[in-house]
Amino acid sequence: MEYGTIPKSKQVANAANMADYAAVYDSFSWNDARKLINGLPGGRLNIAHEAIERHVLAGHGPQVALRWISKSGTRTVFTYQELSDLTNRFANVLRDQGLEKGARVYALLGRTPELYIAALGTLKAGCVFCPLFSAFGPEPIRARMEIGGANALITTARLYKRKVSALRDALPDLRSVFLTDGDAANTKRLSTLMDATSDRFATEAMDPEDTALLHFTSGTTGKPKGVVHVHDAVVAHHITGRFALDLRPGDTYWCTADPGWVTGTSYGIIAPLTNRVTMIVDEAEFDVARWYDILDQEAVNVWYTAPTAIRMLMKAGENAHKGHDFTSLRFMASVGEPLNPEAVIWGNSAFGMPFHDNWWQTETGGIMIANFAAMPVKPGSMGKPLPGIKAGIVATSDDGLRQLTEPRAIGELALRPGWPSMMRGYLHETARYDKCFRDGWYLSGDLAMRDSDGYYWFVGRSNDLIKSAGHLIGPFEVESALMEHPAVAEVAVIGVPDETAGERVKAFVALKPGIEPTDQLLLELLGHARTRLGPAVAPKEMVFRTNLPKTRSGKIMRRLLKARELGLPEGDISTLESDEQ
Amino acid sequence: MTDQDIETALTQELHRIAPDISLDDIDPAQDLRDEFDIDSMDFLNLVTALGKRFNLDMPETDYPEMRSFNALAAYLRTQAA
Repeated sequence: MEYGTIPKSKQVANAANMADYAAVYDSFSWNDARKLINGLPGGRLNIAHEAIERHVLAGHGPQVALRWISKSGTRTVFTYQELSDLTNRFANVLRDQGLEKGARVYALLGRTPELYIAALGTLKAGCVFCPLFSAFGPEPIRARMEIGGANALITTARLYKRKVSALRDALPDLRSVFLTDGDAANTKRLSTLMDATSDRFATEAMDPEDTALLHFTSGTTGKPKGVVHVHDAVVAHHITGRFALDLRPGDTYWCTADPGWVTGTSYGIIAPLTNRVTMIVDEAEFDVARWYDILDQEAVNVWYTAPTAIRMLMKAGENAHKGHDFTSLRFMASVGEPLNPEAVIWGNSAFGMPFHDNWWQTETGGIMIANFAAMPVKPGSMGKPLPGIKAGIVATSDDGLRQLTEPRAIGELALRPGWPSMMRGYLHETARYDKCFRDGWYLSGDLAMRDSDGYYWFVGRSNDLIKSAGHLIGPFEVESALMEHPAVAEVAVIGVPDETAGERVKAFVALKPGIEPTDQLLLELLGHARTRLGPAVAPKEMVFRTNLPKTRSGKIMRRLLKARELGLPEGDISTLESDEQ
Repeated sequence: MTDQDIETALTQELHRIAPDISLDDIDPAQDLRDEFDIDSMDFLNLVTALGKRFNLDMPETDYPEMRSFNALAAYLRTQAA
C-alpha cells in the first residue's frame, strides 16, 4: 500500500532551523559548522565546555539544563550553573582518585542525575566515558569492561552487588568503583567524595582527535566492538541537533533513549546541551499514562523517541491521550529502527504533526539521514542525507564497489567518510574496522534504496544482527552464553518479527545426546541466559531442535532458520549439509 | 478464587518469564521490573499471560496499579473478584 506524502505548511517550513534543505545542503561546509562551537585556545576543545561552560560564561547559568523526574514522580532541576559545579566536583573526584587524562570511566546506571554528571564530568577531566546499559547482565558487562580496559566504574550498590562484584578479579584494570548510593566492599561512596572536593575545575583542553566516548555495538560474529569517538564529534552533534531535531536555545526537549545506547548520549546529553535546551529526563521505564503526562505537563517542544514506544502508544488507543494538551509540541522524531508508515500517520492525527524518522548508527556518532522539519514527509522513508553527508546506494563484488544510481535500486547504504562524529576505530580491532570501508566509502551493513526524489528507504540488514526495541543484538553473544550450559550441544539465535519491538530474540537449541528436552530445562536455559546476559539481550523465545541446519564446514545457517520462520523462500541452499530436525 | 490461588498463578507466570529469580529473593513491595529484572517486553508478556489466565482485560491505563508484586496481586484480587 502507498501512503500519501505529508506536506508542510509554509508557516512550519519557514519557522524551521533549516527552512531550505536544498540550499543549505549545497552550501554547507564542516568548517562553517565548526564556527557554531566555541572551542578552547590553541585549536583545542572539549565536549563538556561546549555543553555547559560556554553557556555559563555567556550568562545562561540560571537556565534549567536538566529537569529530572524520579520513578516516584518527584521533580529535581539542575541549572547550567549547578551542572557546571557538579561536573567540576566529579572531575575533581576522578583526579583525587588518581584517574588521569585518558583513563576509561564507565557508568552502569539507570537514568539518574549522577549518570549525566558522571558523563560530563568525565569529559571535562579528559577521561574517556563509556556508558553501559543497566539492563545488561554480568556477561555483556564483563566483555565491555575488559575490551575497553575500564579503570573506573560508577554504579549503584544494587547493580554492583548483582552484576559486578563477582567480576572484580577478572578486571585487573578496574581501580575504582564509585557507588551513587549504599556501600559495598572495595567501593567508595560518590557523594562523600563529591562533598569533600572543590567545585572549581579547569576543563581539560583536548586535541580534537583525542578519544572522548566509547560505545559498544554488537557484531554478527565475535566479541562486541568498542566504537571510538573523539571530542571533535561535538561539531556534528551540535549541528545535527539543530538541523535534524530542530533544537533551539530555551526549548524543552525530551529524548527518551537511555544513555547506555548511543542515541541517549549523542542526543540525550551532548546535542541538547550544546544547543542550550532544557532536557527532560525520566527515570522510569515506558508507561503510556506517564508519558502523555510528561509531554503535557512538562510542555515538551521537541520529542525524540523510538518506534517500539510509538507503537505501544498507538496500541493504547485514543482514550489514553484524550484530554491532554500537546500545544507546546513543535517537532517529533524517531530513531532505532525504521518507523512503519502507519505510526508516522498516527502521529499526524494524534499530535497534529508526523514523526520524523531518521537513520544513523553507533559508528556514525550522529544522525546521517533524516526527515527535516521543513521537508514533506514520505511515511516509511528515513528522509534525506544531512548537510555535510554524502550518501549512496552501492553494490560490492570482488571487482570493487559500484554506485547504483537508478531510482529504487536496492543496494547497501554507504557514506563518504569525513564528518566529525565518524568513529575513529573499533578498539583493538583494526581488521574489523578496515572491513567497514571499500573504495572510499563506509559500508553501513543496511540495505536501502533511494527514490527519484532523493528520499532513502530502509530495505533490510545485510547481516544477521538483531534489532529489538531499537537495540542491536549480536546473535553470537547470545549463542555463546547458551553454549556455556552443560546441556547444550549447539544453538542458533535469530530475530523474529514482533509487532511492538520490531524483532525479538529467538533461540533454537539442540541438546547433547541423552538429554531430554523438558519444559523445566527450557526454563532453566532461559534463566541461565537471563542471568548471564540480562533481560535486554537474553532470548524472549526458545525452542528445542534435534539438529540445526549446517553448511559443509559446520557453520550454522541462521539465514535458513529465519527464512523458514518467516515463511520466505529458502534461497541458495547448495551449501546445506545437515538439515534442521 | 482465593488470594493464595492468585499469588500462585502470578508466581507461576513470573517464573515462565524470569525463571532465574526466586520469589524469596525479591522485595514484593518494590518495583516489579527491577526486582525481577524484566524489561518492557517481558512485562507486556506477563500482563498478556495473566489476562489470558484470569480472562481479564488488563489495559495499559491500569499499568500504574501493577508496579510491584504486591500491587499486581492486589489488582488481580480486585479484578478477578
